[in-house]
Amino acid sequence: MIELKVNGVQRSFDGEPAMPLLWYLRDILGLTGTKFGCGMALCGACTVHQNGKAIRSCITTMQRAAGTEIRTIEDLSAHGLQPVQTAWMEVNVPQCGYCQSGQIMQAAALLHEKPHPTDADIDDIMSGNICRCGTYQRIRAAIKTAAGERA
Amino acid sequence: MNSITNVSRRGFLQGILSTGAFVISVQLLPESLFAADVPVPSPADKATLHPSVYVGIDPDGTVYIIAHRSEMGTTSRTSVPLVLAEELDADWSRVKVQQAIGDPRYGSQDTDGSHSIREFYGPMREAGATARLMLIRAAAQQWGVPEGECTTEPHTVVHKASGKKAGYGDLVAAAAKQPVPKKEELHFKPKSAWRYVGKGQSSCDLEDICTGKAKFGMDSHLDGMVFASIEHPPVLGGKVKSYDDKAPLQVKGVQKTILIEPFTPPHHFQPLGGIAVIADNTWSAMQGRKKLKPVWDNGPHAVYDSAEYKKELQATARKPCKVARNIGDVDAAFAQGGKILEAEYYLPHLAHASMETPVALANYRDGKVEVWASTQNPQGVQEVISQKLGIPKESVVCHVPLLGGGFGRKSKPDFAAEAAILSKQVGRPVKVVWSREDDIRFDYYHSVSALYLKAALGPNGLPTAWLQRSVFPPIGSTFDANATYGSAGEMQLGWADLPFNIANIRAENGPAVAHVRIGWLRSVANIYHAFAAHSFADECAHAAGRDSVEYLLDLIGPPRIIDVKASAPEYENYGGSPTDYPLDTARLRHVLQVAAEKSGWAQFKPSKGKGVGIAAHRSFLTYVATVVHVEINDQGEIRIPRVDTAVDAGLVVNPEATRNQFEGAAVFGNSLTRFGEITATNGVIDQSNFDSYPVTRMNEAPYKTNVYLVESDAPPAGVGEPGVPPFAPALCNAIFSATGKRIRELPLSKANLAA
Repeated sequence: MIELKVNGVQRSFDGEPAMPLLWYLRDILGLTGTKFGCGMALCGACTVHQNGKAIRSCITTMQRAAGTEIRTIEDLSAHGLQPVQTAWMEVNVPQCGYCQSGQIMQAAALLHEKPHPTDADIDDIMSGNICRCGTYQRIRAAIKTAAGERA
Repeated sequence: MNSITNVSRRGFLQGILSTGAFVISVQLLPESLFAADVPVPSPADKATLHPSVYVGIDPDGTVYIIAHRSEMGTTSRTSVPLVLAEELDADWSRVKVQQAIGDPRYGSQDTDGSHSIREFYGPMREAGATARLMLIRAAAQQWGVPEGECTTEPHTVVHKASGKKAGYGDLVAAAAKQPVPKKEELHFKPKSAWRYVGKGQSSCDLEDICTGKAKFGMDSHLDGMVFASIEHPPVLGGKVKSYDDKAPLQVKGVQKTILIEPFTPPHHFQPLGGIAVIADNTWSAMQGRKKLKPVWDNGPHAVYDSAEYKKELQATARKPCKVARNIGDVDAAFAQGGKILEAEYYLPHLAHASMETPVALANYRDGKVEVWASTQNPQGVQEVISQKLGIPKESVVCHVPLLGGGFGRKSKPDFAAEAAILSKQVGRPVKVVWSREDDIRFDYYHSVSALYLKAALGPNGLPTAWLQRSVFPPIGSTFDANATYGSAGEMQLGWADLPFNIANIRAENGPAVAHVRIGWLRSVANIYHAFAAHSFADECAHAAGRDSVEYLLDLIGPPRIIDVKASAPEYENYGGSPTDYPLDTARLRHVLQVAAEKSGWAQFKPSKGKGVGIAAHRSFLTYVATVVHVEINDQGEIRIPRVDTAVDAGLVVNPEATRNQFEGAAVFGNSLTRFGEITATNGVIDQSNFDSYPVTRMNEAPYKTNVYLVESDAPPAGVGEPGVPPFAPALCNAIFSATGKRIRELPLSKANLAA
């Protein structure tokens, strides 16, 4: 039995320990805000927070999630929109929106570590998250907007 | 015929609207058909159908506007209803956008070709104005005042003289009893009174997207559903010879394996066939699939080898081909001499690679199917499921959740048919989830192409003759296994409509046999046609020793309307009428000048490793010019500090969303120019995920794309696709400016740009 905390709720899982956290979140808990994009940690659509750090849930097995605290996009705004989400809306970042949960979770983790990221910081941390619609310059602008709000 | 009918009694919107709701539809169905109340027209009827739109207002004042087009990121789900809300004079905050199911009563719902606004701007305005007039008349009658004295404020009818006001909700019962006004009676708001059109609104899904609440096709759910992952034949048309049906069942969560029959050619939108693994969750299905050990009969397309095929395409392009357009006599002009330029271009297949892979949930029960599909084409879903299951189309209900990107791939509903076939066999709802590898390896690919261009330059450096040939396996091969030539539909995309002022022009197209499924991808044949034509135009400018912008202005020639059909009889002009949407070189010149000016073209001095390039192209009836600034270091690494794009798309309903489209188009163009390449070996696609089929990441994207929307009262044109075609030639022309290296083959990852 694997024990973990998801969005503040204690959970136990008795399935295959090799199952990626992504599919546990989506298919078993019904937390579909976290997206499947590639299954190989190449696109970042599945990004969630594990003990506060951004991780790719598509390659994180349940075994490796055991005993940790997982936070998904659904919980990021549980107590009101986060500055990063407000900024995303202000800048009208999304087109199709499918990758944006992952982008927002990645950006939130970035801003937590570096409240005032440089362009190089943003490139460095955000280049693991693909947006096929190509909203990158708005993502960059939204991150800077969110950073300003925190200042 | 455009008839507007009060359809409150028809229950079209049952489940959405409460009793007493007042429903207006603008129907562009034949009157007789409408009168007969045929729920779903026949395919023949369908061919003559035109779009229709619906709006309902509840007594509580809630306005329901039906979005009948699929939302895949262009914001059409917001922008199309916004046009209706404008003429209704609705308060947008009281509008609820409701996504339509697939139903031919709406006209074509195939959300492609950049025509949602173009085609529905008029019908939406009429629907809004019709509802508004009926509300005004209801109020005027109640108050005993002339209707001409009544006006509206948002969501309210007002009689200024008496100070009377009534909310729309309070008037709907009386308005529903009004006869439907004729089109001639409608009043449209003057542009000065517009609140929404031209100003825009954020996507109605914005907050849901940013909080993870938005429901995409991938997020569809039914209680009791099971999950399927499908092993497709690796070669198009392949068949299953054998597989291990025991080992997958050993995987925890796997329930069964099911054989899906191969398609009957042509493949059209049929499933590819293969073996489905059914499981309790997506991951178990994918794990079980790894144990199948299938043995295939690959069939005739196993001959497909991209390296060999390239040689065939190029050989075809070097010989005279079928003429798609002719002006003057290029052969005679070439015989007269002048400076002769020749160039060959080559572009590979591309995959769409939407962030959301193809996905559908289907529930078959008692001869009926309900399906939730990430589809640009819900009626296509109805059609293919009807064919595959032998049930009437009317027995297929297709819901359309948000699409995680589409780019043309999701117009083809093969994956939805898979879900329906499997649900029937399993007896439960089945969700089919394609892996990224499935998506890349089993796409309807953008066509590979070889192009040959030849020009004779006169004494002034301008061409006296221009010959262009394109060769590519056509989209038609998806619908007709014997199709080898491009259709008029493909020739109109930047080939037959070359807007240059040259006395002798011939556009040709050569045959090519398709060995993979070919489909349309964002801007379609414009991609290779524009790349070749605008790269070659730049080559001509260089040969003439002239500035590219000045040369292009001369090449386009004086402001005029080009009657393309006179020289290309099959020219379709994207379905736009030549009066509403003429090919107007004044508009092309203008965007070229705006892009050049805004980008600082005249002030820019190319230096080692720093260059600038331009291309101007009309597609989907929109005029676009793009300037790309590029920096290339000694290692050959590319950086794009700036892109400037000038756009004349006629009237723009939602400017912010439109700018986002053109910013995204630069990134999409960057992907196909620098990275995109699908190849086949022995009929099997070589690429499989974002490692082998890279797309642009943030650090590779243009740092800043500036979009300039030209103010225009011309009818609205496309915005989703037209930003893509000029990007590749503009970037490659910039690379030439920076390095002196002329790029004639994509992607750039194959070129050596190191100093």
